[in-house]
Amino acid sequence: MSGKNPEYDFLWCPGCGDFGVRRAMEFAMQDWNIERETPMTHNVVVAGIGCSGNTVHLLEGEQPYGFHGIHGRSLPIALGVKMAREELNVVVVAGDGDFLSIGMEHIGPQAARNLNICAVVMDNGIYGLTKGQSSPTTLENTVTSSTPFGKMESPVHPLDLYLTLGVSYIASGYSSKPRDLAKLITGGMMHDGFSIVHVSSPCTTYNDTYEILKGSRAKGTEGTAYDIPEDHDPANKEKARNLIEKGGVPLGVVYQDTTRPSLGKRLASVREKNQAKNAEALLNSFSI
Amino acid sequence: MAGQNEIVVRFAGEGGQGVVTAAEMLARAATGVGYHALTFATFPSQILGGPTWTQARVAKEPVLSPGDSVDILVAFNDEAYQEHKSDVREGGVILVDPSVTPSDDDSNHRCIQVPFDDLAKETGESRAANMVVMGGLSKLINMPLEYFKDFVSERFAGRDSIIQANHKALDLGLHQLENEQAISDLGAPTPPDYHQIFIKGNEALSIGAIHAGIEFYFGYPISPATPILIFMERNLLGEGKFAYQASSEIEAITGIVGAGFSGKKSMTATSGPGFTLMGEGIGLAWMAEIPCVVVDVQRGGPATGLPTKTEQSDLLTAISPAHGDAKIPVIAAGTVEECFYAAVHAFNWAETYQGPVIILSEHSLAERAQNIRIPNLSETPVENRITYQGNNGYLRYESKEISPFPVPGNPGSYVANGSEHDIYGDTTHLAKYHIHMTERRFSKLELLENAPFESTNTNAKVAIMPWGGSKGSAQEAYNLLREQGVELSWYYTMFLNPLSPDLIKELKGKDLVIVPELNYQGQFASLLRSQGIKAEAITQYTGLPFQSSLLVERINERLVQFKNDAMVG
Repeated sequence: MSGKNPEYDFLWCPGCGDFGVRRAMEFAMQDWNIERETPMTHNVVVAGIGCSGNTVHLLEGEQPYGFHGIHGRSLPIALGVKMAREELNVVVVAGDGDFLSIGMEHIGPQAARNLNICAVVMDNGIYGLTKGQSSPTTLENTVTSSTPFGKMESPVHPLDLYLTLGVSYIASGYSSKPRDLAKLITGGMMHDGFSIVHVSSPCTTYNDTYEILKGSRAKGTEGTAYDIPEDHDPANKEKARNLIEKGGVPLGVVYQDTTRPSLGKRLASVREKNQAKNAEALLNSFSI
Repeated sequence: MAGQNEIVVRFAGEGGQGVVTAAEMLARAATGVGYHALTFATFPSQILGGPTWTQARVAKEPVLSPGDSVDILVAFNDEAYQEHKSDVREGGVILVDPSVTPSDDDSNHRCIQVPFDDLAKETGESRAANMVVMGGLSKLINMPLEYFKDFVSERFAGRDSIIQANHKALDLGLHQLENEQAISDLGAPTPPDYHQIFIKGNEALSIGAIHAGIEFYFGYPISPATPILIFMERNLLGEGKFAYQASSEIEAITGIVGAGFSGKKSMTATSGPGFTLMGEGIGLAWMAEIPCVVVDVQRGGPATGLPTKTEQSDLLTAISPAHGDAKIPVIAAGTVEECFYAAVHAFNWAETYQGPVIILSEHSLAERAQNIRIPNLSETPVENRITYQGNNGYLRYESKEISPFPVPGNPGSYVANGSEHDIYGDTTHLAKYHIHMTERRFSKLELLENAPFESTNTNAKVAIMPWGGSKGSAQEAYNLLREQGVELSWYYTMFLNPLSPDLIKELKGKDLVIVPELNYQGQFASLLRSQGIKAEAITQYTGLPFQSSLLVERINERLVQFKNDAMVG
């Protein structure tokens, strides 16, 4: 609503990766609307709490529905939105703190159910909105405001985690390439199952990783981000694991399993045989 | 109160010995021929073993509580015998397994050894021990054996060998006690002339939700609310409907809030520990103005507390489950019948004011099986939220009062927000919007203030006002006190928050309002006092319901003190 709402004053810092993710989200929802011939109001963006969550207020153009909930719970809110109205395109936007720390417990169950929603995770490796505390993806030994002696924990490896938990569409993207990222998000929306698009989205204020991701010609360093080779077969779990274990930030679709039915599909087959019972029949079944 | 034409039978033993089903079976068979009955069950939190007991009260007239003094105790083991014999009234009967050695000094009771298990084995159906008991009981309570036989034939229709074995067990049981004298004569039943059902509180509540139009159920297993999850998974799932097990109570509450946002009538059910976990999610529903219903089937607390005992100690938590300025509507069921109606009202309230509504039930109600008049569906109206029908560009939160609800998929997109928001739904920190939205949220509660309440003998200066599941015992105590000529008014409502302003006004006119409630603090009494009502609690925190006779004693004590104070004053 930002364009229309002069009083809304939240700003991302200049250069924040989330600008690019927002753009990619706009592209992806437009693609979805064209593909499915639906109006923008068929899209629901469920946002977590953190810098990333403010995406829901900053989208330009035609407005989707939005739900800006509570910290860590974007996935179960999205479950409710989706399973109540399965025709909707439900997209989660959350950060590494929201999604992988407080909200980590919700990833496994959605993967097990193969819930048909798409989660876009903006990973900046830091808690930006609360001014620079360590997050699950902050690297070991990093000094942050909450780790004055360096972080004493191993970082979470998100792609590895998603693969282990059974997420059926795993893509990895970069906020500086919004067109490419949009394709990955559209792919996740189209995937009939639980999809996560994990995005490296640097924080220019507390954890500026642009140079690490892109590399520096001046310093002669290679970037960690690289395009996944075209011959990578995302349907092959073993190859997906090898790719993840190679390290760096692979860009593209890492893994996709189209064989497992989504929760919606499973329920549809139950509903074919099962009818909800009405109150009168149920009451009568207890007749004396 | 044990009176004329009624009998209280307690079954005690270990979990897995059929103790639970025995009371239900007796009650079901008795109500089938026109008696009234209700059961009470309490068991340990384990699958097999552990001391378990249930009780059935059977009477010619409708009964309101599980009954005070036990007429017949069926003790399946020595521990049960030792534990419960003192609750049996003088002249009562105790049936025991032959492994139990009755105390020599027990001259107050008739103690009879019956080899339940051995006799059951004779029938070829070792699980028929309960039926042996029923056969014996038919003699002791002078209820024709045919009543039980017909019940068995009906329940196991089409399974002839089971029917035969159970009939044989009934015969053997009766034969064992052939020479015993009946302990009472219930008299011929006078079947009610209306359609009845025999049902438990949790089931009645679930059907109430279905009548109200529930479309989305999401819940996590927890005693004593699990039967609602199971009921919904079996009966709700169908076209456009969802019923599913959540991975935690946090998932359950945020899931139903998401479904409510999507325009569906949604509900979850839990007990104390889960309810505490849901606090933030309930606050979200209040803040973002999403209709949904949360059932808290209370047990003993705090923390894990007493999972299988009854208590009424979540009232204050139910009204304020979330941090911040919020006051959540609460409806408490007091009877099995009210479990049905509480669910319908809760959905109607949620739809009317567009926010979360809490239903308080409690263990003793949830597990109580009882004959009730079948709810009249056509006379139980169902409300639906007013939905937004306009174009895009809707300012969902512009009005200072309730506004039409936009449904995703239709024009009217907005952001539902758990952060304080402006008229668009965008996050704000501006004082003018926090004032606007706080007042808007509280103003909606006024839509719920016309709730009905019961009142009798309103001229008395002292009133008794129970809430929730203490209603039955309190009603019986009230009736007895009135018979004794005590001047007392009766007040009762299911609608605890917001309380009807008319009710508050009447209660303010009383010199004393006595509130029987099952918690230490006297939670409802303290709420009434905060409204300027001279309320005092009579509390109990044993994990068991009030006994009506004890309540009479305690109310009388309080009345004597009240009179003395008045004289001194």
